[in-house]
Amino acid sequence: MKHFTKLVRPYIIWAVVIILLPLLLIVLYSVTTGGNDLVNIQFTLDNFRRMTEPVYLAVFAKSFRLGLTAVGICLFAGYILAYFITFFSERTQSLLILLVTIPMWINTLLRTYAWICLLSDNGAVNTLLQMLGFQPVTMMYTDFAVLIGLVSDLLPFMVLPIHTSLCKIDHSLHEAAMDLGANKVQTFWRVTFKLSLPGVLNGIIMTFLLSISTFVIPKLLGGGQYMLIGNLIENQFISVGDWNFGSAISVILAFIILLAITGMKQFDQEEGEEE
Amino acid sequence: MSNVLIELKSLTKNFEDQQVLKGIDLNIHENEFVTLLGPSGCGKTTTLRIIAGFEEPSGGEVLFDGVDISKVPPYKREINTVFQKYALFPFLNVYENVAFGLKIKKMDKSLIDHKVKKTLKLVGLEGFDKRDVTRLSGGQQQRVAIARALVNEPKVLLLDEPLGALDAKLRKEMQGELKKIQKEVGITFIFVTHDQEEALSMSDTVVVMHEGIIQQVGTPEDIYNEPENRFVASFIGESNIIEACMLKDMLVSFDGYEFKCVDKGFKENECVEVVIRPEDIDIVRPKEAQIKGTVKSIVFKGVHHEIVVETEHRDYTIHTTDYYEPGLKVGLTFGPDDIHVMYRMDWE
Ligand SMILES: Nc1ncnc2c1ncn2[C@@H]1O[C@H](COP(=O)(O)OP(=O)(O)O)[C@@H](O)[C@H]1O
Ligand SMILES: [Mg+2]
Repeated sequence: MKHFTKLVRPYIIWAVVIILLPLLLIVLYSVTTGGNDLVNIQFTLDNFRRMTEPVYLAVFAKSFRLGLTAVGICLFAGYILAYFITFFSERTQSLLILLVTIPMWINTLLRTYAWICLLSDNGAVNTLLQMLGFQPVTMMYTDFAVLIGLVSDLLPFMVLPIHTSLCKIDHSLHEAAMDLGANKVQTFWRVTFKLSLPGVLNGIIMTFLLSISTFVIPKLLGGGQYMLIGNLIENQFISVGDWNFGSAISVILAFIILLAITGMKQFDQEEGEEE
Repeated sequence: MSNVLIELKSLTKNFEDQQVLKGIDLNIHENEFVTLLGPSGCGKTTTLRIIAGFEEPSGGEVLFDGVDISKVPPYKREINTVFQKYALFPFLNVYENVAFGLKIKKMDKSLIDHKVKKTLKLVGLEGFDKRDVTRLSGGQQQRVAIARALVNEPKVLLLDEPLGALDAKLRKEMQGELKKIQKEVGITFIFVTHDQEEALSMSDTVVVMHEGIIQQVGTPEDIYNEPENRFVASFIGESNIIEACMLKDMLVSFDGYEFKCVDKGFKENECVEVVIRPEDIDIVRPKEAQIKGTVKSIVFKGVHHEIVVETEHRDYTIHTTDYYEPGLKVGLTFGPDDIHVMYRMDWE
């Protein structure tokens, strides 16, 4: 065994270089001024103080609202999808899951451009509407467009963990519930849903994580003025060039996500213990 | 015997193109301990699942108290099941597992509490209320499963090889306990096992099944002493099964000799099979017996020796507490009531 633990070392070194080091740098940037000028380094908390300005708080609020909405829609649609997939034979199930994951193989940019084609003022959807005699609707550069983009992007991340946990449920537990007098609906809520909670939780965490830090989708479907946390950070690094403030926002975002995940895990454990 | 509670009438079940049950007719009475006994794959579980409502029969009827329940969903039947692998809810503790059915019925909380406590006591799990079911031993999980079913006060309890996962000692213990519980609650138990000893020691009635057909229904004594055919005779304990000819009532011939027996009602010169239990054969000196042979092997089985004697026509298996040297010339005798004549089976 000793031999093998040594084999892990290169990996650990790599992990430090490519994960830990950048993280530490970001933390360092967030509490200093002067950008890349690491010689005349000066520590400050101003970067964080700036975050409390209403403009930025509004961006945070909007991001969370949109992110949570996307997670909510994903949960609802994803659960139903995952649930019905489990009714098929094993082979069909693998095929259906493959279909769900196929979009993940295509670059987000491409997929988002596809949505632009569909949603723009003279795109496919509006053409269809007009052909059916309806007024065209503006969809591009609205919350709606961003939500559609987000949900379609994130749905697989909700469906996969839920489907996995649904598949793991021993079918005899359903039969036991029915045997004890539970009808189909009662069996679903008292047994199936309970046992799928770990998958639900993982799905929520993953989709929330991805939706809160997205910047490509809001930029393309929401337009240049559309500002979520991801865009704010991107702007600070790319256009404004204020790496220190950008880092501070990243740190705060990371902190909030960490807090949210810990909270959820806690909830999961309590659920497990109390039941 | 008391009233018939469940009636299976020419029950059949097909899975795809395989016929798993080929016409099961069976009456199960109130307060009866019935065991479905047969080798793996003979359709015991399928029969039980049809009674529970998890499978629909392909043909025939299931009557419960005289009413056809073939189409009634499981949650509306006054029947509960102890599943083969217990199927306890892992997210509920012992108390909540047992209370599951009562909570579904929206029973009063204090009444639930009373019943759950009473049932836990019945199965010997007093004070286990708050335990995590996933951390219990196999035997304890078993008891929870029984309590969870019994607390609903069903008219019938179905048990599918409930003792299969337990070790030999615990198995014996639970056998006695199950029988005791059944007497105490006074309801019908339908028990499934492939272990003939278990079936014989626990049941009021044993139903021997083979390839989707009932071979024999009877008390354990009937099944053991008067097997109806070769399958039952060989499945229930060791036996010597011999092709024979029924010369006339109470006279049968095999191995070139004629023997007096106690069976009648066969046609003259009908081809039959004879079963002689190994413990019913006596070993004597060669000149005292008609059938003569040589001791081929002797194996000590704990209480008795299992001896194989090679004769002109066949090998006989004999159980005796005495020791005989291999190679020894011996004679074999048995009395008229040790010979049991059966109809010859048409298949195999
Ligand atoms: N759901 C099913 N689909 C197809 N075949 C089945 C199914 N359930 C049982 N069988 C088949 O039916 C036969 C009887 O099974 P079962 O009733 O479980 O036997 P036992 O409980 O006596 O071992 C077996 O050959 C088994 O493979
Ligand atoms: Mg079985």
